[in-house]
Amino acid sequence: MASGAVNAEIVLRVSDLRISYSTYAGEVQAVRGTSFDLRQGETLAIVGESGSGKSVAARSIMRLNPESNTIVRGGEILFEGEDLLKLSERRMQAIRGPKIAMVFQDPMTSLDPTMRVGRQITESLKKHLGMTGNAAKRRAVELLKLVGIPNPGDRFRQYPHQFSGGMRQRVVIAIALACDPQVLIADEPTTALDVTIQAEILELMRDLQARLSMSIILITHDLGVVASSAHRIAVMYGGKIVETGTVREIFYNPQMPYTWGLLASIPLPTADRSQDLIPIPGTPPDAINLPKGCPFSARCPYTMKVCGDEMPEVTRFSKDHWTTCWLHHPMAPKVDPPARVGGRH
Amino acid sequence: MQTGNTQITLTQDHFEPVKTNARDVEVLSGPPVGFWRDAWRRLKRNRIALVAGSIIFLVFLLAVVGPWLTPYTPFAQDLERQYREPSLSGFWFGTDEFGRSMFDRVWVGTRVSLYIAFLATALDIVIGMSYGAISAYYGGGVDNVMQRIIEVLVGIPNLVVIILMMLILEPGIIAITLALTITGWTSSARLIRGQVLRLKEQEFFLASRSLGAGTYRLIAKHLIPNVFYIVIITLMFTVPSAVFFEAFLSFIGLGIQPPNASLGALINDGADQMRFYPYLLIFPAIVLALITISFRLLGDGLRDALDPRMRK
Amino acid sequence: MTATGANGSANGRALLEVLDLKKHFRVGRGMTLKAVDGISLEIKKGETFGLVGESGCGKSTVGRTLVRLYEPSAGQVVFGGKDIHRTMGEEARALNRKMQMVFQDPQASLNPRMIVGDIVAEGLDIHKLAGSGEERLDRVHELLETGGLNREHASRYPHEFSGGQRQRIGIARALAVDPDFIVADEPVSALDVSIQAQVINLMKQLQRERDLIYLFISHDLSVVKYISDRVGVMYLGVMVEMAPSEELYSNPLHPYTQALLSAVPVPDPDVELERERIVLEGDVPSPVDPPSGCRFRTRCPYTTEACVHDEPAWREVSPEHWVAACHCVN
Repeated sequence: MASGAVNAEIVLRVSDLRISYSTYAGEVQAVRGTSFDLRQGETLAIVGESGSGKSVAARSIMRLNPESNTIVRGGEILFEGEDLLKLSERRMQAIRGPKIAMVFQDPMTSLDPTMRVGRQITESLKKHLGMTGNAAKRRAVELLKLVGIPNPGDRFRQYPHQFSGGMRQRVVIAIALACDPQVLIADEPTTALDVTIQAEILELMRDLQARLSMSIILITHDLGVVASSAHRIAVMYGGKIVETGTVREIFYNPQMPYTWGLLASIPLPTADRSQDLIPIPGTPPDAINLPKGCPFSARCPYTMKVCGDEMPEVTRFSKDHWTTCWLHHPMAPKVDPPARVGGRH
Repeated sequence: MQTGNTQITLTQDHFEPVKTNARDVEVLSGPPVGFWRDAWRRLKRNRIALVAGSIIFLVFLLAVVGPWLTPYTPFAQDLERQYREPSLSGFWFGTDEFGRSMFDRVWVGTRVSLYIAFLATALDIVIGMSYGAISAYYGGGVDNVMQRIIEVLVGIPNLVVIILMMLILEPGIIAITLALTITGWTSSARLIRGQVLRLKEQEFFLASRSLGAGTYRLIAKHLIPNVFYIVIITLMFTVPSAVFFEAFLSFIGLGIQPPNASLGALINDGADQMRFYPYLLIFPAIVLALITISFRLLGDGLRDALDPRMRK
Repeated sequence: MTATGANGSANGRALLEVLDLKKHFRVGRGMTLKAVDGISLEIKKGETFGLVGESGCGKSTVGRTLVRLYEPSAGQVVFGGKDIHRTMGEEARALNRKMQMVFQDPQASLNPRMIVGDIVAEGLDIHKLAGSGEERLDRVHELLETGGLNREHASRYPHEFSGGQRQRIGIARALAVDPDFIVADEPVSALDVSIQAQVINLMKQLQRERDLIYLFISHDLSVVKYISDRVGVMYLGVMVEMAPSEELYSNPLHPYTQALLSAVPVPDPDVELERERIVLEGDVPSPVDPPSGCRFRTRCPYTTEACVHDEPAWREVSPEHWVAACHCVN
């Protein structure tokens, strides 16, 4: 899936986003100065493990973080000329659904179990597009067909519990697509699904993107999913993006030790069983006591004195490929990635 | 994308590698935080619960020492001073038709009401929870039978049973307690049964089983500690219900008989004379309301604080 | 699914043999959930057997039946020459100790009210394996360090640890009674990728050091291939294919295995670009009422008339490579 819209216009721009939330133990800085762009027709994958801040960042675009303890410490999210962080709730409601839609991880809880599936789709159509009765129903059935649900006419009237997990996720996607949004944010859309179903859903999303020319932000921790579905990748760690680039650049020419670590710790089907995997030692950082410098410094095998104290500068390798890592400073020692990582260029 | 700005001038020395010890990365910060301490911390932040808790404490305190705060007693009659209005210099809550100090009577009454409530709750919990735990632990046929029994009992109208009991037995503290317990234990039983059924499927329980743990260990170390917090929360809600119910029984004349006092009996008497001497009703009613509301609010707070899922 | 007798080669001592194991559950109104409906496998000394399948295939049930959390409805499990479900009392307890389990969910697998030291020592306490309090503490420290944790962790509570650390505590707990066989039920599925690698490495190391055998249950085919010597693929309660790791992945014979492998995402963009995916029709049928004949026929791309009546025979089609051999396999 590497053919991409490299020069397409930017649909969504996140700049220096800083989001924290307050807990009784202190302020948790979930997102600490993250910036990325989403271009027309592409899939941007945000990859990270638990605690990296990827979900919080994505939900911030939709302003879906819990009001009570979320603090926006800075940054802006530009969409169609407006800063989403500054819009009123009313304006956001007009955007959520028709312009930007979201698909969540668990299809069991994303659907209202007491409402027929068809109605969950038409609800959105009626509210945002002002469609009425029959027109809405027709469109809903069309959507069910579009996402590959057989007998859409009949299944329109069924309840969520009558669908299997994979089918439910398709319904969720249908609801998300109802008003033809420009941007689809998918937060771990296939993590809860079996591998054969996952393959189908990913295929569906790729297909829909091609047909509807939609831009997708795909949030996941699974690099396999990313390899098949993304054009560009942003790797997050400790609330910051530590490397970003096109799919080929990240997989074949990664430049940051955390990315190396991620790639080296996955067992590839072609891997030699006698070799141990190379895990990243330790655990993800405590989001309350983050180091002043690079968030990965505590676990990085190549840590230098400067890493813990100062945030590294941005080093660019190509139009799309940059990283923040002190190893690229002229004074740093030359380091090669582990043998398992990288490869073709 | 922005470029970083370095605050310091970098020298070659800055780029010396730092050896990270694998063990160091596993270190946990902070002191060990036990479950109860964590819960207490959370509870402290809930102001409403703290206020409710203070009120309860105050009520308890007054119930114990109240009568000693005045030179009067709850039972001494003196028709000379009947129906005195409440005043700060004389009788704080006024006097009733027999000239007895209402302040003293209210707190003695509170004592009785609380005593009944706690006794009933204790029995309720012990019986109900044992029943529910046994039913759930053994499961299968045993569970089936025990649940059917409960269903039959639940089907019988509470009020009818209680009234019948009160008519058969002599009204008094023991009678009321028994009446409350007989019908009340079923909800605790079901609650605990649900919890235990859930716990039985938890992986840590299965792990103990596969390690070879016997029944005693499974119940004592794994089931009970994990349902204990529910017991406490249930207690918080059952007590006010019992107090209120006792008040209701007394109100319809089946509860504590004069000259003994309970909140319900006092309210009953007060209601009769409400038109002319409202203070006879107001004070015991306020105390009853305070007890009921405070226990419930504290119970809510405790439920939030003790719920293991709401941590962090 | 016939299978009495050896499934692996006759040489090499099989420490664990499972013979036509079945586990059915009654689910109201006279219906039976056939979670496991005739599984046979063998694990030899020092081996890891990977059991893969998607949700509902029965692999977890197999694991739990092996450690006697469930009693089987039919079939035999023979460990070290003894039929484990026919032993009683003292002998049963001793045998039980030898077969332990590591669970999936790091949240739920540790009692939140116990400190880690007590959790890890539970096996020691039950079987009275540690004499004095000091000896017990020493053993606990030893076990924690084996699991890659620090001694100080013994006085902490589970919720203070991360998922990966909790899994390691679970492993330490299982090791306390010195087992020979560990059933690992999705031990890394709930963990982040980089932490998965830590736990997998730990398990491999422990296997080498302590001569353990593993039944590694997972839905993640890449991980299973990596850690297992032999792999069995389950579908709706039965095994459809079983072969050495390399062989299964390079030469899958059963249509389900082929579909499964083609669906596994590979973290390599060029490979992904060129892949051919086999798409399966429809949903997984309910294990309460599995399809007649070949269970896979409702989703198989090569279904024929015969598939409705003929249940494929479980055959060794090449050395060590067993398949539920239908018309496709030939």
